[in-house]
Amino acid sequence: MDPVMLARIQFAATTIFHFFFVPLSIGLVLLIAIMETMYVRKGKEIYKRMAKFWGKLFLINFAVGVVTGILQEFQFGMNWSDYSRFVGDVFGAPLAVEALFAFFMESTFIGLWIFGWDRLSKRVHLLSIWLVSIGTIASAFWILAANSFMQRPVGFEINNGRAEMNDFFALISNGQLWVEFPHTVLGAFATGAFMITGISAYKLMKRQDVDFFKKSFTIAIVVGLVASLGTALYGHQQAQYLVETQPMKMAAAEGLWGKSGDPAPWTVYAHIDPKTGENSFEIKIPYLLSFLSYSEFSGEVKGMNELQAEYEQTYGPGDYIPPVRTTFWSFRIMVAAGSLMIVLGMYGAYLAWRKKLERPNKWYYRMMMWAISLPFIANTAGWIMTEIGRQPWTVFGYMRTEDSISPSVTAGQILFSLIAFTAIYAVLAAVMVYLFVKVIKKGPYAENTSDDEQSADPYGKEGYHAIS
Amino acid sequence: MLSLNELWFILVAILFIGFFFLEGFDFGVGMSTRFLAKNDMERRVLINSIGPFWDANEVWLLTAGGAMFAAFPNWYATMFSGYYTPLVVLLLALIGRGVAFEFRGKVENTRWKSTWDLAIFLGSLLPPFLLGVVFSGMLKGLPIDGDMEMKAGLFDMVNLYTLVGGITVVVLCLVHGLLFTSLRTTGSLRDRARKLAHKLLIPLAALFVVFGVMTFFQTDAFEVRALPLTLIAVVGLGAFLLAGWFIVKQRDGWAFGMTGTLIALSIASVFISLFPRVMVSSISEAYSLTIHNAASGPYSLKIMTIAALTLLPFVLGYQIWSYFVFHKRINEKEHLEY
Repeated sequence: MDPVMLARIQFAATTIFHFFFVPLSIGLVLLIAIMETMYVRKGKEIYKRMAKFWGKLFLINFAVGVVTGILQEFQFGMNWSDYSRFVGDVFGAPLAVEALFAFFMESTFIGLWIFGWDRLSKRVHLLSIWLVSIGTIASAFWILAANSFMQRPVGFEINNGRAEMNDFFALISNGQLWVEFPHTVLGAFATGAFMITGISAYKLMKRQDVDFFKKSFTIAIVVGLVASLGTALYGHQQAQYLVETQPMKMAAAEGLWGKSGDPAPWTVYAHIDPKTGENSFEIKIPYLLSFLSYSEFSGEVKGMNELQAEYEQTYGPGDYIPPVRTTFWSFRIMVAAGSLMIVLGMYGAYLAWRKKLERPNKWYYRMMMWAISLPFIANTAGWIMTEIGRQPWTVFGYMRTEDSISPSVTAGQILFSLIAFTAIYAVLAAVMVYLFVKVIKKGPYAENTSDDEQSADPYGKEGYHAIS
Repeated sequence: MLSLNELWFILVAILFIGFFFLEGFDFGVGMSTRFLAKNDMERRVLINSIGPFWDANEVWLLTAGGAMFAAFPNWYATMFSGYYTPLVVLLLALIGRGVAFEFRGKVENTRWKSTWDLAIFLGSLLPPFLLGVVFSGMLKGLPIDGDMEMKAGLFDMVNLYTLVGGITVVVLCLVHGLLFTSLRTTGSLRDRARKLAHKLLIPLAALFVVFGVMTFFQTDAFEVRALPLTLIAVVGLGAFLLAGWFIVKQRDGWAFGMTGTLIALSIASVFISLFPRVMVSSISEAYSLTIHNAASGPYSLKIMTIAALTLLPFVLGYQIWSYFVFHKRINEKEHLEY
């Protein structure tokens, strides 16, 4: 098989898998920090228990996020060495800062948080979880700074055939970063929030620990709603930015071959045929694409054929049209999932505000359980759109994917690692779901016993069995 | 004056020394869970003794990788693509080990636990071994061509010299970890850890000697750096003898400090022998990667220097503080998380 294709599959598989856990970690740790803040301020034990219970899920998830992240850093050098040589000067800096600033902070303070309940003062313990939260967000910032460079390269010049940084500030003030980072992080907050509302909904439906899960639901639904709305808002900003900087990605996301006409309609559904470069069937909403692109009800958007001709003039002959169907549908799936989250969030916030959470609301609770999957679908689809839509480029306008690969690595080696990583990731996913279900079933008050364990004599028969 | 390229070479070296010093002991503790712990209780004590630290220790490796990527992109690209298969195994080991810590205590089932305990053992044994193989290979030289591509066959990577290097690192980490255990635990576990560390000193010394002699004959290290390497060997011998003496005198902290010194000296000697090269080409001296032809531009190095020098004091500060918070010895009466 083609090593480029294999390396791409590996990158997609490992990145998508990693990105199941990262947003959930970012979101959960923020909510846990909020809960623990309420505990420190109000002094009620229930908030401490909330931080501990959701903390258990967070830690299981965090572990998988961390270990799958190591591979992400190594992968650039292993599979994409020519890419690393070309951009290392620019791309490496944010990665190094990510490790120095974010990873150290996260990993040190998570240790302090887990083991520090009895050793740190309440406030220092609270500070630890907030520093973990800041660490996760900072980590997102730096990795997205690196990614934004791939989408819109800034702050560098080409010297001796490689990109050399000449303006670090341009790299972190990149317009792309400042639409991509809020969009991604708010999406991550929503991911954590919908996990908590979904699980709480299940427990409320079963009428278990009603008070605990009512409170959890209320905090999470507020965060979830605000974050979903914010994600949509920044998504809109990002789409507009895309029209300016990566018009081809936007045209592909619209399935737009020719000119859109003015005002431009938005395509809801299309039968796309990339071979002929035409759509055989379309459903459109008038004016909407103009609005999405320019926040006005007029304005024309360029189509792929026109852009292809332009790109050929600039970059020489070649195919500059990304996989259109994938880009088109991943965009729609993301938008649909996000919209559903907003609607569900609004209704949930209404229920919480009206104090109706205890009433039997089976259909809504059931929907919220299913809605746990929505942010994961949206996150994944969003990344697929962003990365697939940039093809054939790894660094837009400068380096193509096919030129980015490691020349000394064989297809066989990549296939071997692809199988190995996929297998271990499948095991991790299964174990994680199993552990999540186990922790949720036990509920927040089951761990009471673990506190008693401490006082049990470990060498006594009972004590030994209690602990081991 | 130190050039930025030299400074970053030193920083990468320091990051690797930090990594082997810190994660070295938690690898050692991870390995020792297999034979030092007599029951599940003791295994939990061992794992919990490194519980708050191992994750941050591993970040030293990630940071070293990130620093190589940013400061010496060609080094990073050549090494990581050239050592593809060993790195795949290294990653699998680190992945399995990392989740095992979190997963093992979550289900009360013997088979569940023994599966994850195996992951902890292999995940603690393989990384120091593989990294030892990789580092000694870099010292010996690898087939790197004029395009900076390393096309190494199995026997370029795995041969008697690199195997001895790998085993030496494993035993060194194990002794270091056992002394950490003697420092952090109580009772019979502590005594057994100390005793085993003492027993392992002789094999460790033998490995060092064999590796040193092979380095003399198989690499150019002693040609280019005779004086510093001799000095390091003398200081190392002193640290070694002191380690033995402190173990006998039951001064666990000092003994641990001495194995730490040995680790620092070992890694430092690799980097000193390499300098100013970062990877030695066995095809032609001209093809070796150096701190100049593998490096980023001066602007990039300057920015990163500012970032590193600003952030490192904070990182060191809170990491040291976290060791202070958890300085108390662990025993069975403790709340055991894992």
